[in-house]
Amino acid sequence: MANPFRGEVIKLYKNLLYLGREYPKGPVYFRERLKSAFMKNKDETDPEKIKKLVARGEFVIKELEALYFLRKYRTMKKRKGARPGLM
Amino acid sequence: MSGRVLVGVKRVIDYAVKIRVKPDNTGVVTDGVKHSMNPFCEIAVEEAVKLKEKKLIKEVVAVSCGPQQAQETIRTALAMGADRGIHVEVAGKDYETLGPLQVSKILAALAKKEDAQLIILGKQAIDDDCNQTGQMTAALLDWPQGTFASEVSLEGDKVKVVREIDGGLETIKINTPAVVTADLRLNTPRYATLPNIMKAKKKKIANVKPADLGVDLTSRLEVLRVDEPPQRQAGMKGSTELSRRDS
Repeated sequence: MANPFRGEVIKLYKNLLYLGREYPKGPVYFRERLKSAFMKNKDETDPEKIKKLVARGEFVIKELEALYFLRKYRTMKKRKGARPGLM
Repeated sequence: MSGRVLVGVKRVIDYAVKIRVKPDNTGVVTDGVKHSMNPFCEIAVEEAVKLKEKKLIKEVVAVSCGPQQAQETIRTALAMGADRGIHVEVAGKDYETLGPLQVSKILAALAKKEDAQLIILGKQAIDDDCNQTGQMTAALLDWPQGTFASEVSLEGDKVKVVREIDGGLETIKINTPAVVTADLRLNTPRYATLPNIMKAKKKKIANVKPADLGVDLTSRLEVLRVDEPPQRQAGMKGSTELSRRDS
């Protein structure tokens, strides 16, 4: 496969896989869905469509980062309280 | 001013892990348990990196005290944008009794050695909730401190810190060098993505022993017992009248 996007797609997959380790429903659940999502489009050849799919992947990365931060922030806030005196 | 900022990062049990007390009640189970950087330390690193990106300071040095695994935590800080790391090797018995007093002595010695302009720490660690290291470090160095910082700005050779306290927000201006401890609302830490972690592998982590810094690690505290919090009593169903009055 001499597709010029191959490197980019593989990098995207690896980045998502790395992020998936912290997924609330577990890394296995995440990896299964990640793999099937990528495999669904493996025969895509239109560069425009590939670019769009990669952009969607980057969007998912941002969503995951936001999810992880909010989860952590909310847990910290619940535990530590909004004011030092409430700890 | 050296433009160098020291950031302390602590490796703690991950916030999402369910903590289990060891059967002998001497501590909590840490073997095989997921560890990560203390969330308040992440906020501290983020603040330091932000200052560097604004070109207000020149170098961010991440410091962690502990066994070999502490290096993972330093690597995360490097991936977030710190320039280099210092791993202060503390293992075994010494690590079990390592607390704010010992860490603040280490940080004070490093701050002098590295000619730090600013030390940024998390306000407290989620495993011991001490909220002491920043304050002790400032006292040992005789530096001013801005704790519970929800906003930090550098103004010349002074630091303006907005502190989140019981009464509301307190704004103070302190001289540098100074110690600042980060509170939850200071910033939103960036995630250490895989490409950043790869790039960070080129950054250096120096190895230092507490003895090299002339620090005595003896603890003045002895942990007698660790217990789980008491089980919550099952709620009692009261009469509807009572519950209406209570609400």
